[in-house]
Amino acid sequence: MKSITATKPLEEIVDSLGKARKVALFGCGTCPAMMGTGGLEQVLEMRSNLEGKGFQVIHDEVIPVACEMLPYEAKEELVKRARAAEAALVLSCSLGVRQVCSYLESIPVLPALNTLFIGVEEEGGTFVEECRQCGDCVLARTGGICPVTRCAKSLFNGPCGGSVQGKCEVDPSIPCGWQMIYDRMKALGRLDMLMEIEPVKDWSVSWHGGPRTIKLPE
Amino acid sequence: MKSGSNLEKVLSAGHFAVTAEIGPPKGGSGRIVESKGEQIGHAADAFNVTDNQTAVVRLCSLASCAILARMGLDPVMQMLCRDANRIRLQSDICGAVALGIRNILCLSGDHIKFGNHPTAKSVFDIDSTQLIQTVKLMRDEHKFLCGEEVSGEIPLFIGAVENPYSDPFEWRVHRLAKKVKAGADFIQTQAIYDIPKFARWMEEVCDAGLHEQTHILAGIIPVKSVGMARYMRDYVSGVEIPAEFVRRLEDAKDVKEEGIKMIVEIIEQVKEIPGVHGIHVQAVGWEEIVPEIMERAGLLPRPII
Ligand code: SF4
Ligand code: SF4
Repeated sequence: MKSITATKPLEEIVDSLGKARKVALFGCGTCPAMMGTGGLEQVLEMRSNLEGKGFQVIHDEVIPVACEMLPYEAKEELVKRARAAEAALVLSCSLGVRQVCSYLESIPVLPALNTLFIGVEEEGGTFVEECRQCGDCVLARTGGICPVTRCAKSLFNGPCGGSVQGKCEVDPSIPCGWQMIYDRMKALGRLDMLMEIEPVKDWSVSWHGGPRTIKLPE
Repeated sequence: MKSGSNLEKVLSAGHFAVTAEIGPPKGGSGRIVESKGEQIGHAADAFNVTDNQTAVVRLCSLASCAILARMGLDPVMQMLCRDANRIRLQSDICGAVALGIRNILCLSGDHIKFGNHPTAKSVFDIDSTQLIQTVKLMRDEHKFLCGEEVSGEIPLFIGAVENPYSDPFEWRVHRLAKKVKAGADFIQTQAIYDIPKFARWMEEVCDAGLHEQTHILAGIIPVKSVGMARYMRDYVSGVEIPAEFVRRLEDAKDVKEEGIKMIVEIIEQVKEIPGVHGIHVQAVGWEEIVPEIMERAGLLPRPII
């Protein structure tokens, strides 16, 4: 799994920094490093961009896995190095931003990236979203291809009337998710499963009602 | 009778039915809906009002249909899954019944990307097949999706759409079967230009016995100009316009007249295809042409039941 990110426009970043002049920069050595959005190179580039805009970058570092809680000493060390900062800018997905927020409680911790989706690398350099984490997975009935994610209308009984030659009506560069599901079910000899009407979905386990949490048994 | 709507009566009596589309205005003028109703009210059995078609905001289908119903016309309320969740949808279904609407057409809806609010969030809580099922549940079992009871009757004639030209072609009839199983009493198809392909699809529909379980109305879109034909050919996903059709328009001295002539020819051919129970004319922004087309296709006067 990868958290797919893209860099925000510099103007937006500068705007979000507001009155802060002394900035600490954090990258992430995992997904953003692989994607070229938050590795060492991008952190240094951000440094020079900000300096060009008159900011003082008092510290920069790439946290190996920004979304994971640092051990106590490492965390203390980070806090010490960022002590003089008036704001922190994090080149990671939102999980990394959240984690750095928890270390630096007294200054704004700001995202330098947009967190786009969780996805996989389909071919070299092309990342594609595969799951929206809806909470009630239907892949068993759709040949392992997600209708929520791969269909532009998240249809459960597709394809819609706009599916033409394997392409989605929304954009010919998007493969029609339901054509993919159809092809896969056909290959599996299970088109009979697609004849069943998929009942209305339970979205209560999805994006509603505040953050979803789960506690592992002791 | 499931709904007692004029459309249901005409179809049940075995007549070749005609439905026509009325496009609501981009504003609050009910008078515009009324005047379109006055203009073409005699030329069809029922009148679809689109629901924010192509994701462009317009006067809502529910209000427009209520205006038509007040005039004594038989409206078909189009309802999309794009803009509302199951609570709003079921509530509007009750509202439609309360206002005298007796036909409903269930659709997923064009994607928001094509409209005038491309930054909006789409809903798609349920899909069109599930919406058909929902209306049927409310009508036949007097139940909401949650299982609670619906008070009173929900007499609605349930419609759905299908596109014989989209892919995978070999799956389209099965998809139609799903919608019929879900409860579709009638089907309005995507615009028909390629007659042989449509006839092939209808053959499959009849082989599967679906023409006996639902009423298929063939979609008809009159073409006003060469530009419109080219646009539909090139940009409207799922519409197939044969090259010959465009060529005839290009070569015509009087393009409008040629367009009408070709549409009348299409209607005449479609009428002969076994299993087709009517047509659905969508003369978007050109509603006033419907009576002339119907007259020339020999479909006037409409039956009074
Ligand atoms: S059905 Fe839900 S959990 Fe399964 S892949 Fe799709 S979004 Fe993810
Ligand atoms: S064309 Fe395919 S992917 Fe696109 S909205 Fe329709 S069914 Fe979904």
